[in-house]
This record gives sequence, C-alpha cells and structure tokens, in this order.
Amino acid sequence: MLIRRPTDIAPSEITPQAQYLRRREFMALAAATPLLAGEALAALTGKPSPFSTTEALNTRQQITSYNNFYEFGTSKEDPAANAQRLKTSPWQVAVEGEALKPKVFGLEEILKLAPLEERIYRLRCVEGWSMVIPWIGIPLASLLKVVQPTGKAKFVAFETLLDPQQMPGQRTRVLDWPYKEGLRIDEALHPLTLLAVGLYGEVLPKQNGAPIRLVVPWKYGFKSIKSIVRIRLQETQPPTSWNLAAPNEYGFYSNVNPAVAHPRWSQATERRIGEFFKRKTLPFNGYGEQVAGLYRGMDLQKFF
Amino acid sequence: MLLNHDLAGNTPLLYRCLQHKACWWLLLLTPLLRMVWLVLQGELVNPIEFITHSTGTWALSLLCATLAITPLRQLSGWAGWQRYRRLLGLFAFFYACLHWLTYLWLDQFFALDAIVADLVKRPFILLGMLAFTLLLPLAITSTQGWMRRLKRRWGLLHQLVYPAALLGVLHYLWLVKRDLTTPLLFAAGLALLLGWRLWRWAKPRWGWAR
Repeated sequence: MLIRRPTDIAPSEITPQAQYLRRREFMALAAATPLLAGEALAALTGKPSPFSTTEALNTRQQITSYNNFYEFGTSKEDPAANAQRLKTSPWQVAVEGEALKPKVFGLEEILKLAPLEERIYRLRCVEGWSMVIPWIGIPLASLLKVVQPTGKAKFVAFETLLDPQQMPGQRTRVLDWPYKEGLRIDEALHPLTLLAVGLYGEVLPKQNGAPIRLVVPWKYGFKSIKSIVRIRLQETQPPTSWNLAAPNEYGFYSNVNPAVAHPRWSQATERRIGEFFKRKTLPFNGYGEQVAGLYRGMDLQKFF
Repeated sequence: MLLNHDLAGNTPLLYRCLQHKACWWLLLLTPLLRMVWLVLQGELVNPIEFITHSTGTWALSLLCATLAITPLRQLSGWAGWQRYRRLLGLFAFFYACLHWLTYLWLDQFFALDAIVADLVKRPFILLGMLAFTLLLPLAITSTQGWMRRLKRRWGLLHQLVYPAALLGVLHYLWLVKRDLTTPLLFAAGLALLLGWRLWRWAKPRWGWAR
C-alpha cells in the first residue's frame, strides 16, 4: 500500500534560485573556512515514511544546538561546540555475539542495506522537554537480519565510541564510559526502531550522534545511543549507562510513561521546544498503537 | 588596595563608582537585563529553562555575596562594605522571587494541585520553598523602622539567612541530574563563608587563640 505524505514544503523552505546558483561560491568559502567546513554537511535524502508524524517540525537550529551528549560536556550547548573534532570517517560498526554471521560493517555498507527513509519522530527527553525531528536512516532490523541472530539472541547491547582524545567528556567520571544502551530483541526488530545517519536532509551533525545513532521514539531520549561502534546480540539483559548511574531513576525499559514519575520530577507533562504552554505527555510518546503490544502483561510501574 | 586612595590623594574610579547606590543597582540588575535581552533575541532553544536556572543561580550567588560582606569587612578592615549588605540581600530576595514565580507560573501555570503534589513528592522543591519562606521575613524586616522596633531580636531573626542559604544549596544539589560541579562550587563557597564565622566564634571560646 502506498501511503502518500501531504506536500508540506512551505515556499519559504525552498532555496531561492539566486542563492542556489551561487552554491559553488558557498562551497568554496566553506572549504576555505575550517569552522564553516565543519558545518557544511553533505546532502542526504530519504523516502517519506508512513511512520512520520505530520506535527510541526522543530527547527534545525533547535535540534542541533540543544543536545545531551555527555561525551562532549554536560551542558546543552557543549556538544555543538565540542563535537566538531570527532572524526566520523572512516567509521566501523561491529555487529557480534549471538549471530550466525557476525560482521564488522563499514558505514557505507550499512547505508546500502536498505533504502534510506525520512522518519519524522517525536523525541521525548527524560528531563521533560520534547522535539519533532526529521531523521534519515534505515530500520535497525535490516542490519540485524544480515547477521542472522541465533535463538539465543534475546537482547541487543549497544556501545558508543570510547576515545577520550576526541570526546573530552570521557575524561570526567560523570558516567561509566563507554556509553552503553540496550534493547530487548523484539524492541530492536520493531519497524519503528531506526538507525539514523541523517537529519534535516543532511548527513547527521556530530552533536546529534554522527555518523550513526539509534532512534527509539517511544522511549526516553537517552535510550537512543549516539556514535555507535558496537552492537552485540546476547542472551542476557545488558547493563545500560544511566541505569548504572542511578538505578532507582532510570530503568532498562525507560518507555515514555506519564503515569510513572521520575523520583525527582513528574513525567505527566512536557515542554515541546518552541512552545510556551506544556503538553500532556502521551503513553509510549504517542506510539502506543504500534508498541504497547510488546509490553502486554508487564507491570510498567515495576519495569520502568 | 584597590579601594584605598592612592598616594597622590586621587580617588580611584572604582571606588567613586561604588559610592553611588545607582551603580550597585545597575550592576545587580545586569543579570536580569541580560536575561531579558537573551530571551527577546529569540535564539534560546529553551528560554523557560534558561530563566529558571538563571534566576536560581543569581539568587544563590547574591545570597553568598551578602554573606561575604561580614568576612570582607573583617578581613579588609574597611567598614564601608556594611553599607551594601542590605542592597545585596534584597537583590538576592528579588531574584529568589523571580525564580519562585517562574516555577509557579511558567513551569506549573498556577495549577495548585500539581504544585501541592510536587511539594509532597519532591524534596528539592520543598527545600527551595522553605528557603524562600525563610527569606520572606528577612526582606520584610530589612527597613530601618523594623530594625529599631526589633532591637536586639533583629540580629537574631536575621540569622535565618544561614539556614536559608544552606537549604538553597541543598535544593540545587538535589535537583541536578548528574553533573554536580556547579552546586558543589556553591556548597564549597558557602562552607567557606559559614566556616569563617564558626572559626571567629569558636576561637576565643575553645582556646584556639595563640
């Protein structure tokens, strides 16, 4: 079935022709200016997806200047300032563990596994704010299927790059490095679960987790691990960074749930970045229809 | 000393400036003006979070500055510091008011049930409220009239500033998600300011004087 997306490109979003014709000038300038060159990202397009929301997008400026990426500092502005030194090419992702065909993938190989899709998802941070973000990527399932998980693969563990030279935040003990995350295999194989490589029609900016990150839209943002270098299929539930840091505050599941408060603040409402009034937070961040079935019969107060 | 007259008898600019209360007002309003400017610029991604954090840290900073006046006077031997203590204290209270209003209005939109639930469930909000409540009588009785009326009890009452500052720092320590650096800096500063007083108080009593 072909589900068409409404044509929602405002005339203001289209590059004026005069500016378009001067693009080479811009590229030359970008190449000559190191700082600008870091900002000039290659274009990347994905086909529209029926999973995309039609809600108003947050601006690129908002999405790329307000980040939690503790490898580059603990304030929201730190990642945009400090992540530019990260070398994202060449990049490899080792997919290993309980798989018939474990493999180390180069980033380019991953990009060829499935057609790139644009997925416009809500992102709800555990801190109580949210954004609407146009990611570009492939379903995680299309990568996992290539390595053929065995029957013992009950969980998937993810790891971020460990390199204190490039990631100054890793020189502090603020979290137990490298950053670790995990999903149950059915969560990992769910069609909503995305491996993102792009944002807003461009290659993923470094502060947003370049070159490849996870996006699990029904879970709090910290589950969507950035700059991934290792994916391990395993039988046991893997340890995860925020759970190790504060087990009573951050659970393994961390599904967005307005009914389960963080011990120190309520999760009933959220502030959508750019809005004045707060919104009610939706169970599973509004993706309940697709994912609630994964947790049938589970006590979500206990498995928070 | 920066503030003393130099040998030629000229008054340094900084000193002349600090003699005018207007300069202090301008200085102490700068954080607010900066906040208003940055919010009006429209480039802050989460302006309400910024206002909440800014007003809170300025309330705490100015409270610490108020508490620094007495040690400064004692260390420098210049009694003139004393003239600015009330102004600093009242500005600390002013920023605490803004912080409190930001929570009630921009965070909770005056939803009383949600606020009560927050106070019951979240110790850091309760601590902040308590600190604010302790500052309230101090602000009210800060006038000359109240000083005269309360006589010696005024000084006793105004010792409430110590628990208020302590609660303020605890409030900050408790709410931070993970990185404790800034609240710990405040804790260290406050420990220094209160430690100095304890030292002065204890020295003659415990025979520490050599």
